[in-house]
Parts: sequence; C-alpha cells; structure tokens
Amino acid sequence: MIEDALAYLTDADSWWGRNGLVNLTWNHVRLSGAALLAAIVLAVPPALLLGHRHRGGLLTVTLVNLSRALPTFAVIAFVLPVSYQLDLGLGFWPTFVALVLLALPPVFVNAYTGVDDVDAAVVEAARGMGMRESEVLRRVEVPAAMPLLAAGVRVSAVQVVATTTLGTLVGYRCLGTPIIQGIAERDYGKVLAAAVIVAALSLLTDAAFGALGRRLTPWADNPTIETKASVQHAT
Amino acid sequence: MSIFATRHDRLLSWEWIGDHTDEIWERTLQHLQLTGYAVGIGLVIAMAMSMVALRWRRAYAPLAALSGALYSIPSLALFAILVPYTGLGFRPVLIALVTYTLLILLRNIVAGIDGVPRSVLEAADGMGYEPWRRFLAVDLRLATPAIIGGIRVATVTVIGLVTVGALVGSGGYGVFINDGLSRNFTTPIIVGGGLSIAMAIAFDLLFVAVQRLTTPWSRAGMAP
Amino acid sequence: MSQPVAIRLEQVCKRYPGAAGLAVDHLDLEIPTGEIVALVGPSGCGKTTTLKMINRLIEPTSGTIEIHGRPADELPVHELRRGIGYVIQQTGLFPHKTVAGNIATVPRLLGWDKARTRERVEELVDLVGLERQMLDRYPSALSGGQQQRVGVARALAADPPILLMDEPYSAVDPIVRARLQDELLDLQRRVHKTIVLVTHDVDEALKLGDRVVILNVGGVLEQAAPPAEILADPASPFVADFLGEELGLKRLALLRVRDITPDTGPVAEVGDDADSVRALMQEHRVTWFGIREHGRLLGWQWGSTLDGEVRADGAEPFRTVVSPDTTLRSALDGIVNSLTNVAVVIDDDGEYRGMVRIEEISEGVR
Repeated sequence: MIEDALAYLTDADSWWGRNGLVNLTWNHVRLSGAALLAAIVLAVPPALLLGHRHRGGLLTVTLVNLSRALPTFAVIAFVLPVSYQLDLGLGFWPTFVALVLLALPPVFVNAYTGVDDVDAAVVEAARGMGMRESEVLRRVEVPAAMPLLAAGVRVSAVQVVATTTLGTLVGYRCLGTPIIQGIAERDYGKVLAAAVIVAALSLLTDAAFGALGRRLTPWADNPTIETKASVQHAT
Repeated sequence: MSIFATRHDRLLSWEWIGDHTDEIWERTLQHLQLTGYAVGIGLVIAMAMSMVALRWRRAYAPLAALSGALYSIPSLALFAILVPYTGLGFRPVLIALVTYTLLILLRNIVAGIDGVPRSVLEAADGMGYEPWRRFLAVDLRLATPAIIGGIRVATVTVIGLVTVGALVGSGGYGVFINDGLSRNFTTPIIVGGGLSIAMAIAFDLLFVAVQRLTTPWSRAGMAP
Repeated sequence: MSQPVAIRLEQVCKRYPGAAGLAVDHLDLEIPTGEIVALVGPSGCGKTTTLKMINRLIEPTSGTIEIHGRPADELPVHELRRGIGYVIQQTGLFPHKTVAGNIATVPRLLGWDKARTRERVEELVDLVGLERQMLDRYPSALSGGQQQRVGVARALAADPPILLMDEPYSAVDPIVRARLQDELLDLQRRVHKTIVLVTHDVDEALKLGDRVVILNVGGVLEQAAPPAEILADPASPFVADFLGEELGLKRLALLRVRDITPDTGPVAEVGDDADSVRALMQEHRVTWFGIREHGRLLGWQWGSTLDGEVRADGAEPFRTVVSPDTTLRSALDGIVNSLTNVAVVIDDDGEYRGMVRIEEISEGVR
C-alpha cells in the first residue's frame, strides 16, 4: 500500500489539474483560513469585552461542553440543505459554516479566560495609574491574554485544517476528496497519500501557529493546547 | 434545476422516525458499544502509559508527543488508512478512536497524579504507607477527579467521532447522517446528529455526577 | 541528661547528589526520652534534613541513627515510620478523608479493629481540643489552626513514643500560633512524648524546647543546650547573632517568679501605728506602704495620706499582681506599669508571698 501511495504521489497527473493535489491543497488551505479568520473576528471582540467585565463564565463553560458534543459531520450535513435553500450552494459555504462553529469555542474561551484571569492587582495598578477602561483592556489585559488567545487560535487552526477534510462529503473539493475517492475505488494508496498530506498539513499548522504565538508573546512560556479550552478533536 | 431537489418539504418527517424506531435503537446500541470499547481500551492503554511516564519522567514527553501526533491525524483519514488492514466496519474505527483517547487520558492521568500535593504524599510516607499502598490509596484516589474528567472529555469526543465512522461502515448514528446526505433528506441528519449530541450531553452530565460522587470532600466539607 | 536517650545521631552526614557541600555535617546528637528538642537555624542549616533522617524520609549518607537503642535501618522503613508520629507544616492532611479518617490512618495501617480505632480517634479529638462534631468534616472545612490540631492528633493516633514536627506552626497566623504552642506544652505535660521539632523561629524554639539545638548553614552544630543556658552563654558569635536582640528579655521569658526570691516589701498590718509605718517606709526607701490583714494583702496607701493607725479601708488595690508561675518578663512589664514599681506575688491560695522589684529581677538573671 505504501508503494501504491508513493506511486500516486510520484505521478505528475496526481498533482495537476482540477482534482490535482496542488489545487485540492490550495482549496483546503483557503477554506480553513477563511473559517479560522471568521471565527477570530466573531469570537474575539465579545470575548475580550466579557472578560474585561468578568461576565459570561457560565456561557463559556456551556460553550465548551456544547462544542465538544457537537459532531461536525452532523453540522456539515445539516447546514447543507439550509445553505442550499439560502442559495449558497454546495461545498464551500456549508463546510465554512460548520468549520466556523468548530473554531469559535476555543478562540472565544481562551480570549475570555485570558482577560478574565489577568491578575486583579495588575489591573488595579493600571487603573491607579490613571488608565481609562479602554486603555486597561488594550494596554494591559489584551497583552496579558495574548499567550492564551494565541494558544486558542492554534487549537482551532489545527482542528479546522483536519476537519476541512469532511467538506468533500458535501461536494467541496479538498484533501478529503482523494480519501473518499480512494475508499470508493479501493485505491488505498491514494487514501494513504492524501491522509499523510492532511496530517502533515495539520502538524505544519500546529508548528506554524506555535511559532507565531512565541513570536507574538516572547515573554510567556507558551501554553500549547493544554489550555482551559481543553482538547477537542476534529470530528 | 439542481441535483439537489428536496424530497420532503418539512425539515423533520415524523413518519420516517416512526418507521425507523428499530433501526434507531440498533444504531444507538452500535454507537454506545463503539464508544464504550474505545474509551475502555483507551483507558487501559493510557493507564499503562501513565505508569511508565510517572516512573520514568523522561518518557512523558515522547509519549505525549506520540499521542499528540496520532491525535492530529484527521479522523476520516485515519479510518481510511486502517481500512486496508482491517477491512471496513467496526475495527478500523475502534482502533482510530482508541488512539484519539490516549492523548486526553494520558494528560489527565499524569496531571492528576502530579497534582497531588507534595505535603500529603510526605505525610503519607511519614506515617508509614508502603509505596504501592500509598499509590493506590492516596495518589490514585486523589487523582480520581482528574482521571474521571479525562474519561469525560474522551467519551464526549469519541461519541462525536463515531458519527464519521459510518463512512467506513462502523454503524452508529453516522449511518443516518450519511443516508440523509446522500438523499438530501434532512430528517435522518437531524435524528442522527441530534441523538449523537444528546448522547454526548447525557454522558457529560453522567460523568459530572460521577465526579461529584467520587469527590465528596470537595463539596461543603461535610461527609454524606 | 538524666533520662535515657530516645534518639541518638552519631557522626551523621548527608550529602545531596550534585550538591557541593554537606547538608548535614558529622552531626552528633542525643535526644532524651520525654523531652522536646527544638532544632533551629537559618535556611540551609539542614534542620529539616536532620528531622527527616530520623524517620528515614531521607537516608543519611553516612553515620548511624539509633532509636531507642536500635539502629533506625534495622526495621522495614514503613514499620519504623508507623512508630513515629509526623507532623508537617502544610499539615499534609488527606483532603479525601474526613477528620476521623485522617486521624485513623495509622491505626488502620496497623490493622486495628474498628471499635478500637473509633475509640482512639475520639480520645485524640478531645486531647487536642477539637469538638467531636468535626469528626465527619473534611479538612477543607477547617481553619488552619484546626487542621494543625488534626495533624497532631493524626500523628499521635497509634500512641508513638516519638513525635517529629517539621515547622508545624509556620503556616498559621501569630495569634493562632501562640495558642497552638501553648496547647503543645499542655499536651506534652499529659503525654510525655519525645518530640523533635524543627523551626526557623528562634523564639518558638526557646519557648517550646526543653533543649534547643542551633545549627548553622551546612548542617554544622553550633550549640545544643537548654534555652536558659543558650541565652546566658551563647557558644559562638553565630549563636549570639542568631538569638537576636533583647537576650535579657528572652531569658526573662524563660524564668518564673518562683525562680527568684521576692522582697518582703514595706507591708504594715492593719492596726499598726503611724510611727512604725514611717520607719518601715524609711527602711524600704519608699513613700508608700502595703496593708495586710490576716496574711492577705489588701492593697497600698501613700505615706502622706496616713492619718493615725493603719486601717483596712484606706487600701488601694495593687495594679500589678503576679503568681509564682508568672514569667519574669511579664512581671517586669507589670512593674514598669505600676505606680509603686513593684509586682505583688500572691500564690494560688491567695497568700501574700512578697514583692518583686527590678532589683530582684536583675539579680535573678545574673
């Protein structure tokens, strides 16, 4: 089977064209990136504000538990008819919505917890030095929350990259496509090749976001996925 | 107009549900069985890995890295890779799910046992516990909440992942989702997804209760 | 040392792997049965290491440790430990066991039956001054002081002849600490254990220890002696420095009124005439006199207000009254606060025993 996989990978036809690995990988990354970005835009502002006010702890816990219970496969499947009715079509949008839902909780929870957990004495000192609330948040709490926030984004990114694979089930051409085709055609070399590429992509994402986190927060001993967001596997 | 002509106007067809109660029950059992085996086997392996990691500290990082790497493989991909070796069905999914539980359980077991206060262990040694007895009666006992927490997360995660297993023939609620997807029929998707969520939440609550029952000391300070 | 030796350390050394110097350096120590021995010194002096070598939580690098005449390594380590009570700073109570469960730990390890264990637990709860209703609580529901008492009760559960205490009171606030220290002394009067106590607080060591062992950095023994002796005659500049300021006052805290000879004082009987009272005041070089009737001291009066013979109703009560058990330190405190500059000594039966002035006190410590 490994030889089959190697044969598949070394065949130029596998790489080029609409169903070629290059195009599929690009589609994969494109969708993952869009979903992650949307999740950050949607989750971070409310999380920071709620964290600043120390409100929403219960919401956070509920969100974590609920998100863990939510099978992404079911979400993708369910979003499909809705997306169709909204004229958004197959493929990209249903998967996008499901991935945003998947990526939201870790980002939200870590951003919230990061701000909520900032040492009360530090915040008081900031106020004592005459900072306005907005300045407290911007200059003190957000920087302090950065390591955790970066870790949350990292967890989400890895999950999203892994889960985008399922987009193929609703007609989105991505790295899941050769897997499903391979199963159908009993061409397991193809399956293995695609699986290895996805796994490599998610490890690469993990490493890239880890490095980015360290770069952004050189003062912190970087928390990885062992955060309050807790581990969640891509379904 | 499209290949996706809707077969039913309503999102949920009660008629379909009424016709499929037997299958729903059958799929529930499959889902439960797969989850139970995966978490059970995962727990045994993770416990052994934890013993090794606690005994030889240096082994923890590679063990965690290994289970982390396994964890990062997308479920669909891992199921598919295993199929040529195991055939379609229950086995590839079970093996993959077991590997997914390892990271969660290993971390929680090690963190739980590591989290037992040093002073408590010193007092236990000072009072003359034999090492094995201390491990069972003190270390493991005090790590129980963390271990149950790990089982809780692993179980809920696995329940969600089993749905994907239907793609390689494992059975379970994913069969409904797959069926609905292929026929553009929302009812089985909602039933399969909804029941999977319900099962996950039920187990989540169950383990919260177990956690509370096994740690009476963390509540109110009074013995029951 | 009249009592037999409970614990003997001979040429005991401890070197931690990777450490440059010794943590404990050729230590010789004899700990007499039934006494409280306080090990005290700055951090890095090896006091805790020394303590933990006694119950073999730490194994010595060289030297021998004997417990009741038998080498400590003769018994299996867990059996040795079950015979030695151990109390530590953070209490080390089992959070998952109730107070009763915690106290019953060693009896259970020793396989006592339930009835005997229960009985012993209740006895201990009374002994350390906890209420029985606390038996079913978990440690998290107790205050720091209560937890510490449970820790002591747990250590005493199997009635071990030896009790090791590692900084037992450093995690509680000063008021609770003082009370717990008093309770320990009180407890010791009843149980007569051999207690080895580690502390970094020299005042605690002087207060609790029948003998105080002062260690220097690197586990070097500087002085081992009863507190009064150490205060009177520090063996080295290090000891003098470690004891800190106010050595005289610290010694006064160790001595009691019964240890000195009070003055009879300028005391007149009811009915004495004015001339004899004036002579009495002159003799004592004071301008006041005490008034006594039937062996009881009623109070005192300024000489200038005496009119005719001494009468009982002229007596003003003394502000400072002490008992033979009062420490000289608090007697001194009373003296400087009194108008007459004396502390009146009244014994437990109410009998007048004399007066203490600064002169008597300074003579007593000389």
